Amino acid sequence: MAATDPRVSIQPATPPLAAGALLWLRQNLFATWYHALLTIGTLWAVVEALAAALDWALHRARWEVVTSNLVLLLVGSYPREELWRVWLAVAVLAGLGVASGLAWGGWERGRRWQLPVVAAWLVLVPVVLAVLHGAGGTQVWGGFLLTLILAVAGITLSFPLGVLLALGRTSSLPVVRALAIAYIEGVRGTPLMVILFFALTALPLFLPPSVRPDLVLRAAAGLVLFTAAYVAEAVRGGLQGVPRGQVEAAQALGLSGTKTMLLIVLPQALRAVIPAIVGQFISLFKDTSLVAVWGLFELVGVAQSVLSNPAFVGRHVEVYAFVAGLYWLFCYGMSYASRRLERRLGVGER
Amino acid sequence: MNRWPARLTVAGPGNVRVRRVLAQALFLAAVAAAGAFVYANVTRNLQQLGIPLGFEFLRYPASFAIGETSIAYQPSDPYLRAFLAGLVNTLRVAGVGIVLATILGVVAGLARLSTNALVRMVASVYVEVVRNTPLLLQLFFWYGAVFLRLPPPDQALRLPGPVFLSNRGLVLPAPRPGPGLGAWLVVVLVGLAVGILLYRRLERMRVEQGRDTRPGLAAVVTAAAVAVAGWAILPAAPLVWSEPEMARFNFQGGVMLSPGFASLLIGLVVYTGAFIAEVVRGGVLAVPRGQWEAARALGLPPLLVLRLVVLPQALRVIVPPLTSQYLNLLKNSSLAIAVAYPDVLNVSSTVVNQTGRTLEMLVLVGLTYLSFSLLTALLMNVYNRAVRRGVS
Repeated sequence: MAATDPRVSIQPATPPLAAGALLWLRQNLFATWYHALLTIGTLWAVVEALAAALDWALHRARWEVVTSNLVLLLVGSYPREELWRVWLAVAVLAGLGVASGLAWGGWERGRRWQLPVVAAWLVLVPVVLAVLHGAGGTQVWGGFLLTLILAVAGITLSFPLGVLLALGRTSSLPVVRALAIAYIEGVRGTPLMVILFFALTALPLFLPPSVRPDLVLRAAAGLVLFTAAYVAEAVRGGLQGVPRGQVEAAQALGLSGTKTMLLIVLPQALRAVIPAIVGQFISLFKDTSLVAVWGLFELVGVAQSVLSNPAFVGRHVEVYAFVAGLYWLFCYGMSYASRRLERRLGVGER
Repeated sequence: MNRWPARLTVAGPGNVRVRRVLAQALFLAAVAAAGAFVYANVTRNLQQLGIPLGFEFLRYPASFAIGETSIAYQPSDPYLRAFLAGLVNTLRVAGVGIVLATILGVVAGLARLSTNALVRMVASVYVEVVRNTPLLLQLFFWYGAVFLRLPPPDQALRLPGPVFLSNRGLVLPAPRPGPGLGAWLVVVLVGLAVGILLYRRLERMRVEQGRDTRPGLAAVVTAAAVAVAGWAILPAAPLVWSEPEMARFNFQGGVMLSPGFASLLIGLVVYTGAFIAEVVRGGVLAVPRGQWEAARALGLPPLLVLRLVVLPQALRVIVPPLTSQYLNLLKNSSLAIAVAYPDVLNVSSTVVNQTGRTLEMLVLVGLTYLSFSLLTALLMNVYNRAVRRGVS
């Protein structure tokens, strides 16, 4: 970053502290008369906006709409006596998150655990889902819990499918390649709204009459089918990043094509691909909100239903501010962590 | 793209070829079997529901109203026309949105690179807040917390312009074509042509003789002068300014943007603008620092450094992700259903509710969006080839 930054920074030898602060002010805020005007104008607007926002948040906002619906917003109508399942799930997911952070954190010793951690995600997520399912099926899932379930299940389940699609797209067999490209580009050219519409209204038509998945399952299927195409593109990038010499060396050792792929290429590709998958997870995390349009009560859906309660009429800003804050905290946190991780990876590996 | 080489085996190459053909045939057979299974399910399910398959229903009268349309549409028109009205609505919001989002994105992207720390900070807050919250939530905010909570039309907020804000939407003054429009447009075109010629001339003089001829300023002033002179001289007014005014129950004159359209437009512009800002910022940062320094060392003033040295190089980095942001805006306009704006998906879902023709409408909508993506990909390939030719 710093090397390509076009801003010319003039660093004086070692300025005294006060003079340094003044110098900073002059260089960064009052460099020319128009910058001074711009600074003063912007400062005025920022102060006015902040004052209005604070006045609203402290005096005029009625936060009861959030506090009295907090549990509803977080877990929907999940049975209150079964909440231990949610805590268990949160603990397991937090553990997996920490383990991933350690494995990709750039330490020599952590790197050995990268593949076991991926495997742990793939195994533990279904277990967690089963535990959460135990409280009365998918109908009781709601609020932020449903948002998290859809996002985590979506990314975990779309991962194997995405890897297969990426292998198909880089395959040397033209038929396989053409079908993989058709799927990937077809999905990426279609809005998620349309795919969710397909999943929620038309998916049962494609299945035998005896199989009738419920709404949550259908929405999850739509999210998985959608995300897999994007995961495939990320994995393709990882596959292409594996040096050709690795394949040739494996073949020279007499490994078969399948073994070369499974033992040499994929492990290296998947390691490199995880930061991109985190980015995909963040965007999936935000995109799960779209299921609210089609009648599911995840976080945004519950927010809308709270607002339709006559007791809380017109309290949109309070509810939306809370919901937006929750999303922001998670998304910004994850992107911040992955940016740091990427920087460290870049330093550690090359 | 590097592909995995076909495996080298001890057996001859003929063996490998046979195995490859066999593998593909097997794969195709598996896909075909899955397709046949799905097809059998679909026909059986549709039979049970008593819904036929086919597109003939598109000719039946739609018999539902659409809140706002840009092409003539009434409920007695066929479903196909309703679909087209929705499609035009999608293109309307996406077209206006792309223009506004580009302006906002470029301004915010450059603001993030400003030497002014405060401007930089404000732009960063905007980008980080907008990119890290769901678009749907932002749309609900603009619709539910802003537009629907405005006062009714008879107490509408009046902003200078005059612009009226009410829970019926946004009313803006708008130019209406007058009797002299055609003649004036010809004059404007002539003025533009003269301006461009003048610009080329002065630019060449500047490059060759090193005189500060101010080509941009001269060209703009000339073109504007011709346009103003044409307006003054022509006997019939080319444009009539239509100002909105309060009638008994609603507004008259001007142009009215429904709450749905206005919230969708603002939501898409604010959201996509933040992503475009990052694209612009990345593009400018991708220009090596030495280029800036070399241009400054040659004595070029800052604006010319940007225009002659940085922008041409940055644009090559910016254009591909920018087009994908445009496509994203178009695809995201399908969230219109959340703010009750009748876009192509919203209309189609109404059709599905009425007729039960889910598959047909899905195919139509999917192909519509897909054709936009393919068209953009095609244009991008042409652009990339042109750029590459420019480099070599």
